[in-house]
Amino acid sequence: MEWETVIGLEVHVQLATASKLFSGTSTEFGAEPNTQANIYDLAMPGTLPVLNKEALKMAVKFGVAIGAEISTTSVFDRKNYFYPDLPKGYQTSQLDFPIVGKGELVIDMEDGTQKTIGVTRAHMEEDAGKSLHEDYPDKTGIDLNRAGTPLLEIVSEPDLRNAKEAVAYLKKMHSIICYLTISDGDMSQGSMRCDANVSIRQKGSDELGTRTEIKNINSFRYVEKAINIEVERQIDLIEDGGRVVQETRLYDADKNETRSMRSKEVANDYRYFPEPDLLPIVIDTKYIEAIRETLPELPDVKCKRFCEQYGLSEYDALVLTSDHATAGYFEIVTAASGDPKLSANWVMGDLQAILNKDEIAINNSPVSADALAILISRIKDNTISSKIAKTVFEAMVDGEGDADSIIESKGLKQVTDTGAIEAMVDEVIANNPDQVEQYKSGKEQVIGFFVGQIMKASQGKANPGQVNKLLKEKLSN
Amino acid sequence: MIDSGLAQISRALAAREVSSVELTQEYLARIEKENSNLNAYITVCNELALEQANAADAVRSKGEAGAFTGIPIAHKDLFCTAGIRTSCGSRMLDNFISPYDATVVERFKQAGAVTLGKTNMDEFAMGSSNETSFYGPVKNPWDHSLVPGGSSGGSAAAVAARLCAGATATDTGGSIRQPASFTGLTGLKPTYGRVSRWGMVAFASSLDQAGTLTQSAEDAAMMLNVMAGLDQKDSTCSDVSVDDYTAGLDKPLKGLKIGLPKEHFSEGLNAEVEQCIRDAISEYEKLGASIQEISLPNSHLSVSAYYVIAPAEASANLSRYDAVRYGYRCENPVDLEDMYKRSRSEGFGAEVKRRIMVGTYALSAGYYDAYYRKAQKIRRLIKDDFQQAFEEVDVIIGPTSPHTAFPIGAQNDDPVTMYLEDIYTIAVNLAGLPGMSIPSGLVNGLPVGLQIVGRDFSEAQLLNVAHQFQLATDWHTKTPDNQA
Repeated sequence: MEWETVIGLEVHVQLATASKLFSGTSTEFGAEPNTQANIYDLAMPGTLPVLNKEALKMAVKFGVAIGAEISTTSVFDRKNYFYPDLPKGYQTSQLDFPIVGKGELVIDMEDGTQKTIGVTRAHMEEDAGKSLHEDYPDKTGIDLNRAGTPLLEIVSEPDLRNAKEAVAYLKKMHSIICYLTISDGDMSQGSMRCDANVSIRQKGSDELGTRTEIKNINSFRYVEKAINIEVERQIDLIEDGGRVVQETRLYDADKNETRSMRSKEVANDYRYFPEPDLLPIVIDTKYIEAIRETLPELPDVKCKRFCEQYGLSEYDALVLTSDHATAGYFEIVTAASGDPKLSANWVMGDLQAILNKDEIAINNSPVSADALAILISRIKDNTISSKIAKTVFEAMVDGEGDADSIIESKGLKQVTDTGAIEAMVDEVIANNPDQVEQYKSGKEQVIGFFVGQIMKASQGKANPGQVNKLLKEKLSN
Repeated sequence: MIDSGLAQISRALAAREVSSVELTQEYLARIEKENSNLNAYITVCNELALEQANAADAVRSKGEAGAFTGIPIAHKDLFCTAGIRTSCGSRMLDNFISPYDATVVERFKQAGAVTLGKTNMDEFAMGSSNETSFYGPVKNPWDHSLVPGGSSGGSAAAVAARLCAGATATDTGGSIRQPASFTGLTGLKPTYGRVSRWGMVAFASSLDQAGTLTQSAEDAAMMLNVMAGLDQKDSTCSDVSVDDYTAGLDKPLKGLKIGLPKEHFSEGLNAEVEQCIRDAISEYEKLGASIQEISLPNSHLSVSAYYVIAPAEASANLSRYDAVRYGYRCENPVDLEDMYKRSRSEGFGAEVKRRIMVGTYALSAGYYDAYYRKAQKIRRLIKDDFQQAFEEVDVIIGPTSPHTAFPIGAQNDDPVTMYLEDIYTIAVNLAGLPGMSIPSGLVNGLPVGLQIVGRDFSEAQLLNVAHQFQLATDWHTKTPDNQA
């Protein structure tokens, strides 16, 4: 039987506000436990919430960026459940009237195709604290630093058909929230988390199968693996005559399996009702339009511009624009070096390689955009060859100075003096009569041998174009 | 001196006829003598009160005193007071010392008031007789076998027995007005949003409102002047401008249009109480007001709607008492669930648990539409009823309670009878309107209360209407010892 996978994602994005959603406490990551929890965060009797206006602005900014409907009246609700790291015994969230309504996201697949995925809604809510089980034998520690941190929960339509699409959706979402600077998007710190609703159905069927929800997946790689393993599990289950149970599951990366969470969790009745401590949020179109005007150039538009303005391939443009900081870096390099193609190759190639290797963000690159531009300029003006440039780049990464000083101190300047090159060519031809014979008998690829010999003799500094030209002239005689 | 009302005391302080320290000492001495009988105070702040009184006298000697400097008052024990226990009448918070002051408390501090202590109340303000308190029932100063009303029974008893010059209180369904009625006091429940709820332990957030229990409307006006106004810490607090509530008290009532809701003069209303109310109405006619009958056709639905909405909100508001961060925790819990269950079972009293269960049920999947949503629709209808009435009349008056104070223990077996105590007052909370209760007669030696309800933010008018009545009559001056 042929199966089709249906996936919907719920993405939780931690908004990059300075303070919490309903209290003035700082949201900075990594402080000592419970040092960032004030009387409201601790749910002291008599305390009341006051909405953080920056969080509202960020939510609206996101909505506008994905072309979604923005609710001029939206309402907070209480979602009731008991948990030690949920101080009030309810989470303040939005149920029936979320701030952001229907919108859409265009995702880019590896094969260059695009697909439009519906976004159902996005709403503001507060995060819970953390329960710490490891450090206290027979006890549970509670850290409320994270309690009340503003989240934007973005819910997709069940439009995704495989794990790769789910990853593409997440990557695009990540790209957009970073462009909008509404979140740092750091998945390792939980600034972006994802729940995946997964079901399967017979190909061609219009009905949705029973879904399971995989909770709290915190990397792109795990999203792909978790979905694939869950789909496999569901197919095996059904093909063996079983039935998928609607439930919440956890992904265990070590074992690469999903497993059921306690059924009690699923049976929760959250008893939502409108939060009486907050009035409905009423905004007008003027407010929305003012935010629209602050929108930066978004990845799709930037990608198109990179193709047109810099003559880049669609692939190169897509890679460069998927990350806001990379796109910015590239534009500085290009402007200073005047060579978009070379700049793109260097940013996507050698630079990206060392960043990946040491897991460094491009903003903290050991080679600044201006420094890389100078290096590229030296290739363009024939001071060094592309090959030598790699040596120079490595020295720059190691902090040995700028391109010019490294070229100077290491004597890497390209030899363009025709007389000097001619002498080397003559010598190599004289020393290798056998290869000369081969060339003359029609085996023209032997020229590579001669070039190699000359580059070796010049320590790579001979201008390869000149070497080729001279060799051909002399060997033809 | 301490038998006098708050306004008189303010004048005596200003005239240096008495010092704040002298007043405070007198009150503390009387509290020491009377409180063991009345049980009006849960906590008495002897040292703090004298410290504040000394400071107030110092301010006055520097010529920097305001109208409220040095006046000894009491706070209902659900207003958070930094460093002083805030119990909310519950075992759950018996050990809770607030790290901060409620806005109301803060504003009285700023105004130079002296805090004598924290008054008894029904547990989490749930009750109409002050019998649900973990600290035991409060007795009515008029007859110690009777209840003082609730939930602000401690504040009412304290003011009625002259154990303070005035007291703060809260009203979610009648918790200021009904005790005022039962103890011969002036009770003021302002418009929802007039006074900040920051630091007021929540019962039902959309209904709770802070107000006052005092001897007279003039006293109430002085207290509201301190309490009212915008507070950025409470998102539901209104930015409607605040009047000087003492300034308009003397306005004549000529031309005032008074509405009598026929639904408040029907079956269930004690005949002698009704007579007192009718007499008060005649008094208003003499003062130049015109009287007309009006209808609040949905008022019979108000108690039912209230007992869905208030418990629903309470069920969530009281979830924070989970024994994790503060408050009562059971002995030796074996695991988390055991800790939750036993701490909450042991920490809350029967009425609180009943309302948590009712509220939880009303919000449950499958019942939400039938209960909570329907109750909200009724709430809208009730608000509309009032709005329509206020197109014809300026204020609405009637009885505060269908009868006078009842005996302690009389209604303990049937919660629904107790819920019907608030039949005339509850609709006012559902509509968010300001309401007062003022003394308007005695039946068998017990006070009767007249309820006055006004438009949104018409506190100045209500106080004026109450004050003019009190200039023309002397019911508000009657005390248990002096009924003549």
